[in-house]
Amino acid sequence: MAEVDYRWPENHKMRWIGKRVDRLDGLEKSGGTAKYTYDVNLPNQLIVRGLGCPHAHCNVLAVDISEAEKVPGVVYIHRLNAPGPNDDPVEIRADGTLLVAVAAENEAAAAEGVSKVKVQYKLLDAFTADHDLQSAEANGRTKPAGGGIELDEALGEPGDDEDEEEWENKVMQHLFDTSAHVVEGEYGIDSITHCCLEPHGATVHWVDGKLKVYLSTQNVSQADDGFAGALEITADDVDVTCDYIGGGFGSKFQPNYWGIAAAEISKVTGRPVKFMLTRDQELKIAGNRPSGYIKVKLGADANGVVRVWDSLHWGTSGFNGSTVAVGNIPYVFRPKSFRRKATGIVTDNEPSVAWRAPNHPQACAITQTAYDDLAAKMGVDSLDIFLRNLENIDTPEKAPVYAEQLRIAADLINWRKHWHPHGKGKKSGAVVEGLGIGIHKWAGTANSSNCLLKIHADGGVESYCGTQDLGTGTRTVCAMVLAETFGLTLDEVKVNIGSSTYPFSGASGGSTTVGAVTESHRRAAQDALAKVLDLVAKKLDVSADILDAVGGKIVARDYSGKEMTWKQACSLIGIQPLEVNSSYARGTASPLSSENVAGCQMAHVAVDTETGQVKIKRMVAVQDMGLIINRKTAESQIYGAMIMSIAAALFEQRINDPKTGVFVNSELADYRLPRLGDIGNLVVHLHEPESERARGVIGLGEPPAISGCTAISNAVCNALGVRVPTIPLTPKRVLDALRTAKG
Amino acid sequence: MKNFEYAQPRTEQEAVALLADQSKHSVVLAGGTDLISLMKRSVITPDRVVNIAEISGLQRIQRDEHGSIWVGAAVSLQSFLESSYTTELAAAQQIIQGIASLQLQAQGTVVGELLRRPMCWYFRSGHGLLAQQGRMVVEGDNRYHAILGNRRSAKFVNPSRLAPALIAAGAFVRIIKPGNDERFLELESLYQTPDQDGQTENVLTQGELVTHVMIPAQRDRLSAAYEIRHGEGPDQPLVSAAVGIQAERGIVREATVVLGQVAPIPWMAVEAARNLVGQPLNEQTATTAGIEAVAGALPLSGNEYKIQLTQVAVKRAVLRAAGLECGGLECQPPLEQDHHSGPLMV
Repeated sequence: MAEVDYRWPENHKMRWIGKRVDRLDGLEKSGGTAKYTYDVNLPNQLIVRGLGCPHAHCNVLAVDISEAEKVPGVVYIHRLNAPGPNDDPVEIRADGTLLVAVAAENEAAAAEGVSKVKVQYKLLDAFTADHDLQSAEANGRTKPAGGGIELDEALGEPGDDEDEEEWENKVMQHLFDTSAHVVEGEYGIDSITHCCLEPHGATVHWVDGKLKVYLSTQNVSQADDGFAGALEITADDVDVTCDYIGGGFGSKFQPNYWGIAAAEISKVTGRPVKFMLTRDQELKIAGNRPSGYIKVKLGADANGVVRVWDSLHWGTSGFNGSTVAVGNIPYVFRPKSFRRKATGIVTDNEPSVAWRAPNHPQACAITQTAYDDLAAKMGVDSLDIFLRNLENIDTPEKAPVYAEQLRIAADLINWRKHWHPHGKGKKSGAVVEGLGIGIHKWAGTANSSNCLLKIHADGGVESYCGTQDLGTGTRTVCAMVLAETFGLTLDEVKVNIGSSTYPFSGASGGSTTVGAVTESHRRAAQDALAKVLDLVAKKLDVSADILDAVGGKIVARDYSGKEMTWKQACSLIGIQPLEVNSSYARGTASPLSSENVAGCQMAHVAVDTETGQVKIKRMVAVQDMGLIINRKTAESQIYGAMIMSIAAALFEQRINDPKTGVFVNSELADYRLPRLGDIGNLVVHLHEPESERARGVIGLGEPPAISGCTAISNAVCNALGVRVPTIPLTPKRVLDALRTAKG
Repeated sequence: MKNFEYAQPRTEQEAVALLADQSKHSVVLAGGTDLISLMKRSVITPDRVVNIAEISGLQRIQRDEHGSIWVGAAVSLQSFLESSYTTELAAAQQIIQGIASLQLQAQGTVVGELLRRPMCWYFRSGHGLLAQQGRMVVEGDNRYHAILGNRRSAKFVNPSRLAPALIAAGAFVRIIKPGNDERFLELESLYQTPDQDGQTENVLTQGELVTHVMIPAQRDRLSAAYEIRHGEGPDQPLVSAAVGIQAERGIVREATVVLGQVAPIPWMAVEAARNLVGQPLNEQTATTAGIEAVAGALPLSGNEYKIQLTQVAVKRAVLRAAGLECGGLECQPPLEQDHHSGPLMV
């Protein structure tokens, strides 16, 4: 058999790839028969509820569980972050931290048990004012978070006898002094929290010394390691299953301490255990996105091209005290000279975890707003400023792609018709309208993935892969690749995913899944097909090179009319199924996948100047992603991302009580999210010129969730002629900004 | 959620007997859209839940011989909205439409909406209605709290979205208790501002049940409501105003202005209403009414913006009642369908 040449079919031969295909599991999901982790109930199981600490910062001195143990139905009480009878106090640094877990025969008993646990706390000073750098400094809550300076090489270097920092200051000052336009501004974006519709959690049971776990996870193949490490067993003694997951967004890679606790409780009690977080616990402790606030000064030439950037930003990632990564400042744009510094703030909140495109949305929102303010100051069109500044970006080779995408987006949003200088639009009643832009980037590199493919003598095809479907259509994409390769229909191939007993596939994070699974499935399918074609070639007495799998048949391309059905071909395999294991290792150069995408979003908003309400009229996303596998789910990814951007831009905000630090809006009744009526008209354009398409598959999960916030903030500024500095742009903040501007 | 006894009475008297039982902490279940959340969070932990949905007579909406509309305590928001009666109750209709959640409209009841517990996050996290005699609110995050009627301990806002509209329509409630005892209260008198722990935000005593809300015939009375919301749908509005106006030849003869989400009770803006009398309905008089409505407001550290919002809500409610343009986002024409709007199908 000749070596297999892994590649995608030529465009005109593609029968599935690039088409609009409904999710194979769409009906199960929408009809309610799909079993999510939360739906898994095992016979004789115990239900666990955790007791969350009600304070943001305290010492837990003692925990008395005696009354809780007496509650009828309570079976076992497990200490999490709580001292035992003779232990030292345990310091708690975040509201909601689970102290004890109560396992009971039913939910009511568990909840009542939780209410009967008596805890002695010693309150400590809580600090959560992450926006207030001065106060953080005064309270000793800051940590350096990196930064540095890069100056245009043409500016030379300091002389031997010059102090480097003084020289740099002088050069920076000179750059500002000689800039045609200087903009100074402050911008910010608050912390938001993961609010997965299915909270974090697991149902576990031990069978003959092996741990079986139903886990809501983005990381089926590696979550077993997390359990094994914590429980001092080996990963081969842990099986993790996740057929469906109700949202992860970067927060569900680990078993988490409550997952481990479920396993421990199950071990002690000898019964299956279900431990899912409650809604407020989900928002408080299951993940959040760091905040970022920035002071920026930029200088531009007469044309509006930024030549110098100077910024200090700060924010919090919770009690480990980091902020938005400094390396992304300013975002996408990279003036020839820039200085950027960052300070982390230690607050009494849970540490952040990955949140769809970690760091990028915030970096975009606190820096591309300054570029838009440059346009406002110059009184020129923001689109022109964005286009002109493409001459200085961190991925110069992408400049033509951005330029083309901006042109398309501008057309789709009717930019030239609707745009007006900042604050100079027509007022209708109390309402003004505006347009804004943001641009973004992402790697989207394929993760490692293995696929075990079986072809049976009766023609049956099944694949096994330890990946997971986050809701984005992974099953469908795998099936499309198999069907494409074998010339079959989607219902003629069976895709099995969601179990750690299947071959390893990387975690679904960082837009790595579609690349990963299409790599492994295409490779496996091509490998298997080559073997089948060899058998067919022998039988038909032709060369395997001229055989194609198409339309349920293997057909010779030599016009001889020689062909056989897929079933007939498979019957040549013999009694044992043909099994193929194929792999892709992350980072391997491949014609099937690639990395690095560009994208832009534009927003058209209306703002009520009397009430501060912002309404999205239209948003446009233009996005490249290399080769599109499923057009429908690709679009769907982008719609979802745009809605998340609207959520973050206008609604979402973790609110900590200024005195106690408690996270006050941790229920969905208070944690505001957009409703259907808030979404507006969303327009998605998949940017797929042959130059992009030919690069192969690139992940799409992250990129469309980045620049929407920025586009909305810039659109509001364009409408009002006043910058509302901090996202989310709530009615209160819009009115405050208008009042401040009035003086 | 704690275990509880569940009762499903068939008659009003059975219901009040169950509710009056001193040995049990009993609560009324109608739609349950608020009660269940409160029980799940253990803010209330009743021993007994009395479902009134099956009581005959409480599922009906009917008109009496005086033209008054009687809405039973088991009537859903949706049934009320879809009945012909709301066509003469513009303000109430606008409010229910604004709730814009099919689930809440279908499951929630009209009377239940009037008796929702406050959304104050200190109350909902177990600190009581007064939250340390108001200190937690004053020192804490009070962006959604009261700007009026807040000088004593209570700083929460009454959460009912419908109450201002129905008060502006002159509604009454029928309240019963064991022994065929019934009383009628003006809807605004159902509410009170608690000042001590243990008091609640309404005047109902143990064993009492609101069976109906009665809305007198409106005839040619104008009404409108205006909610200022942070987003569409079921979330609490930031502020709201409802007005009922009797006008003759364009001049106001009588007016009621009621504010929502600004005080521990639905707030009667008495001065603003009185000063509208004798005036024509126009932008200027509407604006003045807004300013007068908040004359006594006392903002907390983080909710001064609600003063402006309330002024605007009153102004726009008056203009809306008069059939005039009120100038907000809802008056904007939809975006014209540009050539590429909607998903691009390839």
